[in-house]
Amino acid sequence: MTERTLRGQVAVVGVGESEYYRAGRAPDPEFKLLLKAVLAACRDADIDPADIDGFASFADDRNDAVRIATALGVKRLRSTTMQWGGGGGGCAAAVANGAAAIMSGMAQCVLVYRGLAQGQFGRFGQAAPRATISGDMAYQMPYGVLAPPQKFAMKVQRFMHEHGVRREALRAIALASYQHAQANPRAVMHGKPLSAEAYDASRWIVEPFRLFDCCMENDGAGALLLVAAERAKDFPHWPVYLLGAASGGDWRAAASPHNAPHYASANYSGVSSDLYRMARVSPADVGVVQSYENFTGGVAMALSEHGFFHPEEANDFLTPENLVAPSGKLPLNTSGGNLGECYVHGFELVIEAARQVRGESTSQAARHDVALVIGGPMVTPASSLLFGSEATL
Amino acid sequence: MTDSSASSTYLPVGLPAPVPEPDGLSAPYWAGLREEKLRVQRCAHCHTWQFGPEWVCHGCRTFDPAWHEVAPRGRIFSWERVWHPSHPALAQATPYLVVLVELPHAGHVRMLGNLLGDPRQQIEMGAAVTGVFEHHADVATPYSLLQWRLST
Repeated sequence: MTERTLRGQVAVVGVGESEYYRAGRAPDPEFKLLLKAVLAACRDADIDPADIDGFASFADDRNDAVRIATALGVKRLRSTTMQWGGGGGGCAAAVANGAAAIMSGMAQCVLVYRGLAQGQFGRFGQAAPRATISGDMAYQMPYGVLAPPQKFAMKVQRFMHEHGVRREALRAIALASYQHAQANPRAVMHGKPLSAEAYDASRWIVEPFRLFDCCMENDGAGALLLVAAERAKDFPHWPVYLLGAASGGDWRAAASPHNAPHYASANYSGVSSDLYRMARVSPADVGVVQSYENFTGGVAMALSEHGFFHPEEANDFLTPENLVAPSGKLPLNTSGGNLGECYVHGFELVIEAARQVRGESTSQAARHDVALVIGGPMVTPASSLLFGSEATL
Repeated sequence: MTDSSASSTYLPVGLPAPVPEPDGLSAPYWAGLREEKLRVQRCAHCHTWQFGPEWVCHGCRTFDPAWHEVAPRGRIFSWERVWHPSHPALAQATPYLVVLVELPHAGHVRMLGNLLGDPRQQIEMGAAVTGVFEHHADVATPYSLLQWRLST
């Protein structure tokens, strides 16, 4: 039987982003930010925007693929795919869907993208005004569980209780992101270092999350371009190959309200085993990780579910020394990520992983032939992917 | 909570009122709370408990699982103390406590509610709690919630 796999079949040949801003500070409308990101990726790859023929995104991106294709004069529109589910759970799956379109002959050159200007639409940290609510949120909103911090703190509290995870472990994740953001001129938090003392003194948002455990709210957009591996060397940069990708959720992970059987989970146990199987690598082969921080506690869960440590070892593993580039045991969120660079629903993490494999990060990891991206934890469907250099094929 | 304005509800008025979906899936649950009855689905065929509700039993795929009245008591499975308000109605209401309560006698289904009493109290995982029905009658869309207090 022929193995069905994405391993080594598709490569990233261009990445780009808009300038990144605090929410509400972008001088451009969201769609224009997105077009700037797309054109930056095209310049990076030396690709004519007219030759893009496939589009992939996630989280119900407002920036319709057909509008982008029309605006940029795409000659022949082919594949358009949207990953189901809200939040950043789909940031890796969107890449996988784009790669699958190329592998199946549905497109030749796929743009994967996310545009998100929270300052111009509803902020995720505030509930939209409404008189009534039904469905999943009807069991939550009347009790003051309205926005993501309150929805996810409940899970993280249980995780910390079951495994004895201390707040210092969450703090280490925030400190690593902020340290890396200081080296990255694109980062919204560039020039705003965070100390352990400042973290400890920051206000509670919802216990067990303090301010710096929570992602930012920003205006920004990111884009990358995929082509088939056999064409990948026709472009200016070293190709970044997709080694594997997986998405989905565990059994009844989304049972509402808060009724997932395996509650204290980031929802990655099945996704990670699919991922490593397809990529034919193990956690020990991974040199650098970008792991979506909606909240630091979700990162702790997601890393453990991707096999880097048992939850009971979280306090020992999650230290600033282990998480910073170049030579920490597992450099984490090396652009600053959702906490320090820009909250583009994790798409900035996908771009950063590609830069790591190229050797172009502002906080380059010593080992960067295999780079992992973990999408939004605790949501369904979740997704993750592995990029690799040519040496890993 | 810091709002002491003679309110009979734990959180101030102004949060979205829960209503059944257009297809009526959860209507027996919300109607039950107004009558001070806690109802949870249990499949008549395979006896699987199910909450939140669905039109089919996830265990055996029999349609229309029956609604069973269960005692409003359980144990604290997780909790959180909210300090930053995510809604204008809560601007003066923080901190407040939310608990995730597990019902061991109903298939360990879980539901959210507020824990009545001092919002700064220490919470113990596994603590026994008893339900308290909280009626919101004087609003455009009357509804009732199920709150919790520590069992004595």
